[in-house]
Amino acid sequence: MEALLTRAGVWFVLAIAAVSAVALAQDQGYAVHMAIVAMAALIGLGVTASSADVGAILRGAIHTPVDPSRYDDDPVRWGVLATVFWGIVGFLAGVFIALQLAIPALNLEPWLNFGRVRPLHTSAVIFAFGGNALIASSFYVVQRTCRARLAFPQLARFVFWGYQLFIVLAATGYLLGVTQSKEYAEPEWYVDWWLTAVWVAYLIVFVGTIVKRAEPHIYVANWFYLAFILTVAMLHIVNNLDMPVSLFGSKSYPLFAGVQGALVQWWYGHNAVGFFLTAGFLAMMYYFVPKQAERPIYSYRLSIIHFWALIFLYIWAGPHHLHYTALPDWAQTLGMVFSIMLWMPSWGGMINGLMTLNGAWDKVRTDPIIRMFVISLAFYGMSTFEGPMLSIKAVNSLSHYTDWTIGHVHSGALGWNGMITFAVIYFLVPRLWQRDRLYSLRMVNWHFWLATVGIVFYAASMWVAGITQGLMWREYGADGYLVNSFVETVSALHLMYLLRAFGGGLYLAGGVIMVINVWATIAGRRRIEAPLSDAAYDPQADRPITAVPAE
Amino acid sequence: MSDHSTYDALRHLADSWGLLAMFAVFLTLALWPFRPGARRHNHDAANLIFKDDSDGE
Repeated sequence: MEALLTRAGVWFVLAIAAVSAVALAQDQGYAVHMAIVAMAALIGLGVTASSADVGAILRGAIHTPVDPSRYDDDPVRWGVLATVFWGIVGFLAGVFIALQLAIPALNLEPWLNFGRVRPLHTSAVIFAFGGNALIASSFYVVQRTCRARLAFPQLARFVFWGYQLFIVLAATGYLLGVTQSKEYAEPEWYVDWWLTAVWVAYLIVFVGTIVKRAEPHIYVANWFYLAFILTVAMLHIVNNLDMPVSLFGSKSYPLFAGVQGALVQWWYGHNAVGFFLTAGFLAMMYYFVPKQAERPIYSYRLSIIHFWALIFLYIWAGPHHLHYTALPDWAQTLGMVFSIMLWMPSWGGMINGLMTLNGAWDKVRTDPIIRMFVISLAFYGMSTFEGPMLSIKAVNSLSHYTDWTIGHVHSGALGWNGMITFAVIYFLVPRLWQRDRLYSLRMVNWHFWLATVGIVFYAASMWVAGITQGLMWREYGADGYLVNSFVETVSALHLMYLLRAFGGGLYLAGGVIMVINVWATIAGRRRIEAPLSDAAYDPQADRPITAVPAE
Repeated sequence: MSDHSTYDALRHLADSWGLLAMFAVFLTLALWPFRPGARRHNHDAANLIFKDDSDGE
């Protein structure tokens, strides 16, 4: 009873503090954010004080199996649902801003203009969709590979709910105009501090589970997860060393200014790609691809070389975002050289994943989940080839600031991160809810093709758009003046922007099919459908040869 | 030390001994799984995810 009172008291004090902050707020965005915090604290208070067993109600609402496994899978189940939910939000925001670029009338001022929805889209897909997938899958994998339950179960729940609060604060902040204008690091100082607390808790839960493992070896997937957690913590803290103007206002100023600030931002930005979207998702690859293929990883040694080479090289590649700027030339060249060297470990990792299917290539035809893993690895290979190529200064002088970059990012994000996350969701849902199979494998197949064709439309239109833009921007006439005005380069891309929005729409449609499939699987339904493949049978040929009498 | 000489000292460390040390650490880590007798260890590590066929349920 005393513990309960203490906890309720803590929630109450938090709610009072947040309400006071609303009253003292210096700007509207901060006031709205503190109101959201107050609401979160009141929900916490209600859950603590309520006599009903909220945990049981929640478990009932999401059809948690009555006989839960001996692993602590509740946060994993919530994380999978959050991944699916935020994925749809992020894809929808993406299609919306793609349409805004093609149809400017869709810029609804002030809250839903391109400048505000665009960071909402990038953060929703990277941090909400990708982040939840990483947290959920890491909690699943670390327990299985360590053969131990999660250390600090309460802290693991704090990580999940705290991360959702971070997402809500970040997303609402963008729409209200609360931003520090750093790409992929837009949230202001108090949201950054909150994420730091959540992230440290995440690290403690993950490392704690590894420490209490029953398995002597730490499986390589956990190395990648740990590198992801540690590096993101370091990047996040260094890039957000800001001084708030007031403790009751959203505005802050960064410690680093000028070219130093730019370098710190892109050291952060590129390693967000390298450690959030690459190392973290490679951790998924090293566990789930062998599990679904039912074969061990092609070469465990190669996976270790892959790991150390990524760690040692990625951290230096950031300056390639600042070619031909005030950054010293040697730093630009350093970034370029390390980006090119990254090609080798990246392809080593891709080959390691693909060759795991050696001797079982028929699964690509018969198992749509394996097919999703394979295409995600193919896109990993493609975008890790394209990236080093774009980092070469001569290529970058054409491609930088054009839509080619956006195409490159999306072949990596939609192809590699998206596809592997979908495959992991389809792997996890039947296991976490103890169903013997998914609602429908044929719908996985539909999802696969919609997403793949969507990516093709997206990447191809952005290649054309980017190269068109790059060539038009650099075209000089005989008199030494630029031939094209900027608006001419924009109107030249109109068709490409429509095609890009169409590709994004296909990708979103695939996501909706996933929602239906996951929903029905959790509800315990099974679609009656023909299997995807079967051995051929010809009744005409299935009879003995009979001699035909001569005429 | 002035700001510039700090920069200069670090710059020279970075492209001489610092570089060499980083490279040596990298090579050691990358070659570690190739040490004699590691074959069985690598095999066991790669297969540990299959020990528990039903995911512990």
